[in-house]
Amino acid sequence: MSMPTTIPQPVERENYLNKEYGVWSWLLTTDHKRIALLYLVSITFFFFVGGFFALLMRLELLTPAGDLVQADTYNKLFTMHGMIMVFFFLIPSIPAVLGNFLVPLMVGARDLAFPRINLLSWYLYIIGGVMMMHCMLTGGVDTGWTFYAPFSTNFTNTKIVEAGLAIFVAGFSSILTGLNFVVTIHRMRAPGMTWSRLPLFIWAHYATSIIQLLGTPVIAVTIVLVAAERALHLGIFDPKLGGDPVLFQHLFWFYSHPAVYIMILPAMGVVTEIIACFSRKRIFGYSFVAFSSIAIAVFGFLVWAHHMFVAGISIYSALVFSFLSYAVAVPSAIKVFNWTATLYKGSIHYDAPMLYAFGFLGLFTMGGLTGLFLAALGINVHVTDTYFIVAHFHYIMVGGAVMGYLGGMHFWWPKISGRLYPEGWARLAALIVFIGFNLTFFPQFLLGYMGMPRRYYDYSHMPEFQVLNVLSTAGATVLGVGYLLPMVYFLWSMRYGKPASDNPWNAAGLEWKTASPPPTFNFDEEPVVTWEAYNYEELDAPHKREVPVAR
Amino acid sequence: MSEHSKSSPLKMYFGIWITLLLCTYITYKAAFVELGQYNAAVALGIATLKATLVALFFMHVWHASEKLTKLVVIVALFFLLLLLGLSMSDYATRLWS
Repeated sequence: MSMPTTIPQPVERENYLNKEYGVWSWLLTTDHKRIALLYLVSITFFFFVGGFFALLMRLELLTPAGDLVQADTYNKLFTMHGMIMVFFFLIPSIPAVLGNFLVPLMVGARDLAFPRINLLSWYLYIIGGVMMMHCMLTGGVDTGWTFYAPFSTNFTNTKIVEAGLAIFVAGFSSILTGLNFVVTIHRMRAPGMTWSRLPLFIWAHYATSIIQLLGTPVIAVTIVLVAAERALHLGIFDPKLGGDPVLFQHLFWFYSHPAVYIMILPAMGVVTEIIACFSRKRIFGYSFVAFSSIAIAVFGFLVWAHHMFVAGISIYSALVFSFLSYAVAVPSAIKVFNWTATLYKGSIHYDAPMLYAFGFLGLFTMGGLTGLFLAALGINVHVTDTYFIVAHFHYIMVGGAVMGYLGGMHFWWPKISGRLYPEGWARLAALIVFIGFNLTFFPQFLLGYMGMPRRYYDYSHMPEFQVLNVLSTAGATVLGVGYLLPMVYFLWSMRYGKPASDNPWNAAGLEWKTASPPPTFNFDEEPVVTWEAYNYEELDAPHKREVPVAR
Repeated sequence: MSEHSKSSPLKMYFGIWITLLLCTYITYKAAFVELGQYNAAVALGIATLKATLVALFFMHVWHASEKLTKLVVIVALFFLLLLLGLSMSDYATRLWS
């Protein structure tokens, strides 16, 4: 009698995803990788809430007449869109998701320095998010995301205090993330991982953390002052009580201009990793790229009043801020030139992450150069509060930061999930996002330059603006499809995607030297670094599609 | 732990706390003294003293051996200086008329 033959089943290695199961294993986790995934789910939710408001605005602007929503509702739509996208999506996007996941892996640590504070930061984010949702569902706010006084302090009767508190709480989540990164990068690097061997993603996150630590308390205090002035009639911003409304703008932009660098610096870090990997070259000018991140973090704090050139600030002060605003372009340009030089004579692979990196390069450059227009006092006065501004900052914050985020999600998805995403769909999505983005926002440059003001729901006195607005709305629809696609195929790949090898891109960096997905404490043995960063000359080309490794 | 408690005894914490309360009382009283534009300067001066005490003793900057702690303090002060200095570049040169 013959024995039945048994086919050996591949045994799944223990990793951070399968170590424990159940809701509590996630809600009480202190594993930085699991917390990154908690953030991923949360920010995706807020991204679609904020996106829904954007869609409603674009539908309203399809026709010149204000026919879909009332003026008050429109004011609330752009306010809630801005607040949610800035404070609940863009600021936590790359640092809290990719940064949380990758910083310990890249420096060779078992976890972040303060794992429980890391979990606390997610809870603070969620508490802030729930407060913001409650505020939104019970009336919302109509001041614009900028909360400008005296409208916010003396006039509007919408839910300023509640929205302010939500942002205050979420701000502490951001501070704690920054604190964790600074201490981890200083104190928990693996043996041999010197500062000059750190991946530039880490340098970018270090610079970001400086801004989070030093800038966020200022916006928190400013929001408290707004609440105090509303509730107690303190004379901070109200001239009748001896205050100054322009002071609000100084305090607000002291944080909120550098906040743009909280969004863009991590995206620069992501793009640096991707360009090096898919060009198979060491990054050109490593030290310049590293120190330009720190320079951006510092210079970013010196330029805030270019948001206030028409607010009545001193013309002498405006001249200084204009000069400094030009200066901040220098470190950004250093990065762009170094990325381009890295591509030169590189062995370039056009995989989806690289397509997003290319998208970032083009769109960030457009956003950055139009930023120089705004540093110029004369042009600034002409286009302030027009669609030119809207287009400019969306090129930076969406064209730059979101492209970087999506590029990073694709690049590290095999490491995060242990699965490969469908490459063809991913390339298609990258193309759709790029086309949709430009179709949405390029017409807005033209609209703004022609004089269409931002935050108007009705432009029936200027029907000639309709063609460009229709193009923009059409683009937003295409962009929406481009954003939905990755969500669908990432979810699909978690179940049906091919298992990923430990290093499907043949990339340099410690995170690729551990399993995909990594074990709970990241490395089976403490890594010792004996090589320089981006040693691509010693590595073969990516073999992602050729070698699907069974686990 | 013992080293920590040696450098920051309970008595000192209470001393700092009482000093802070005293400073608050002086701020309150000083607000009723007519000093013109110097009222704000006095209030801000006392507030700065209080913040310094909190940072040095309650936040352990005084006995910090970590270079990182000192770095954070210096960088934070530098950025505060930027906030105040560049804001004042507006207020000091604004055409108030």
